[in-house]
Amino acid sequence: MAAGTQSAPERSQVAGTGMRDRIMGWLAFAVLLLAAIVWLIPLAWAVDTALKVESETTTVPVTWIPPSGFTLESFGEILAGGNMLRWYFNSFLTSSIITLAVILLASLAAFGFSRIAFRGRRFLFFVIIAGLIIPPQILIVPLFTEMDALGLVDTYWGIILPQIAAPIAVFIFKQFFDGLPHELEDAARVDGASRFRVYWQIWMPLSRPAIAAVGIFIFVISWNNFLWPFIIVTNTDMMTIPVGIATVQSSYGVRYADIMASAILGGLPLVIVFLFFQRQIVQGIANTGLKS
Amino acid sequence: MAVRAETAQAGGKKETAGGRTDLAGYLFVAPFLIAYAAFLIFPVLLGLRLSFYNSSLVSGDAQFLRLANYKELFGDPDFWLSLWHTVLFTMLSTPPLVILSLVLALLTNRAIPARWFFRLSFFAPWLLPSSVIALIWVWLYQPGFGLINSYLTSLGLPEVEWLAGENVAMISVVIATVWWTLGFNFVLYLAGLQEIPQELYDASAVDGAGSLSQVRWITVPLLARTTILVVTLQIFSSLNVFDQIYIMNTSGGLNYTVTRPIIQYVYEQGFTSYRVGFASAMSYVFFVLVLVVGLAQFAVANRRRGNV
Repeated sequence: MAAGTQSAPERSQVAGTGMRDRIMGWLAFAVLLLAAIVWLIPLAWAVDTALKVESETTTVPVTWIPPSGFTLESFGEILAGGNMLRWYFNSFLTSSIITLAVILLASLAAFGFSRIAFRGRRFLFFVIIAGLIIPPQILIVPLFTEMDALGLVDTYWGIILPQIAAPIAVFIFKQFFDGLPHELEDAARVDGASRFRVYWQIWMPLSRPAIAAVGIFIFVISWNNFLWPFIIVTNTDMMTIPVGIATVQSSYGVRYADIMASAILGGLPLVIVFLFFQRQIVQGIANTGLKS
Repeated sequence: MAVRAETAQAGGKKETAGGRTDLAGYLFVAPFLIAYAAFLIFPVLLGLRLSFYNSSLVSGDAQFLRLANYKELFGDPDFWLSLWHTVLFTMLSTPPLVILSLVLALLTNRAIPARWFFRLSFFAPWLLPSSVIALIWVWLYQPGFGLINSYLTSLGLPEVEWLAGENVAMISVVIATVWWTLGFNFVLYLAGLQEIPQELYDASAVDGAGSLSQVRWITVPLLARTTILVVTLQIFSSLNVFDQIYIMNTSGGLNYTVTRPIIQYVYEQGFTSYRVGFASAMSYVFFVLVLVVGLAQFAVANRRRGNV
């Protein structure tokens, strides 16, 4: 981060082409600002609509400031009348369990692959990495058939289990473990520590950056997963946030303030989390992406 | 680098374990492997099996059909049309999602004031679920009182049928998708930019290089690895498009006949018509296509890497 913060104008003053570069710098800034405004308008318009009285959402020409002022009515209606709170709970519960399970299973497996010599290790690791090229979308039909046979349709386990097998997480943990010095482990082993203790008491505390990267990535992906929960859940009470707001919007008819209020409530949790952990999230995503 | 660490590690282990297999290894990998076998490998094999039967979700007994599902599939115009929609969506969405994210990352990287603000603006939409994207964009695209058409009218321009228009609907989906997912590529590019050593710029500045030629001759070439990654991930995710198109089709009035992607056709056959065997066959044909595209990309990326 520090290396990139030096500005182009500062740099070029050294070379003496300062004036031209400074104008370029401001031009770039103006273009960027314009792009950011364009990018924020859809969100701003959604918030604006949600804060209007229903009758003033469809006036032509459009107004950003409605004649009768702003109101939280639609938000109140959605929270009181719908299943929103239940869906928040479902999303939070399933995403948390998926995230914890992925971190645990993937780090255990990566420790085995990275630190322990056993027969078939390379082959098994290859099989797992090959799983990265299987799009989850092509599995919906057989996976539903399987879950149906197991009696897991419309259950939390039905939502959770298929999302636990995440090869990308094994890959990231293995990359990280391969880079750690193994003298630490050897010393502990000499002291008689078991493999599991080495993993749990030495490796995991050292792996906080990898745990954060995997955890953030998996949580966001599973929280926003639409297709699988949509397939496995039919009961409104079992829906997650993305599925819930997609399926009940028709019941609001053309009540745009209500629809936008539910959209905002649906997107809000992760955006709030992002505001608090901006740096960690961006780095987690970047690490997860770049390492693959 | 990973390989080097691994061999060093395996060598070290041999000294202590005397070259024998350490059974503890299986215990560590077993929990993940069980989940992996149950929820990835098994459904892959089950799908292949189902594709040779006339299985249905409602009736239990299925007959072995040999290749009948596949034959029917290749003669089904809806299959080819939905496959074309997926390919078209990929061709239209990949270039802007790669080029625009690179340009915005380059600009953001040199903007000192309010860098966090730009990062937030471009990245925030990626954090929203697909259904929120569909709701917001269907609202923006409304005829008459929709924000975009309302602005077009007040500028004296004709309205555009963003959702229903035969020639426009796919472009509307692409615009919404670019807005939604650009932030992910943008963040990958920002991370790639951090890894370019500052000395390169300083040295070239001493030689009198302006910032545009620095971008042309230093930044873009050194980002080649990131670009390969971004393009690969983008094509992969574009080919799997489903959520936003499906939601906008079913409850937003988006033109269905010119946008329905292949995954949506699989879903409809499997879960609305209950034709599990046929839907599985379709999934498999699509999977083969994804594999071919993936291998082609891998070959191209390897050749490029050799040149850099």
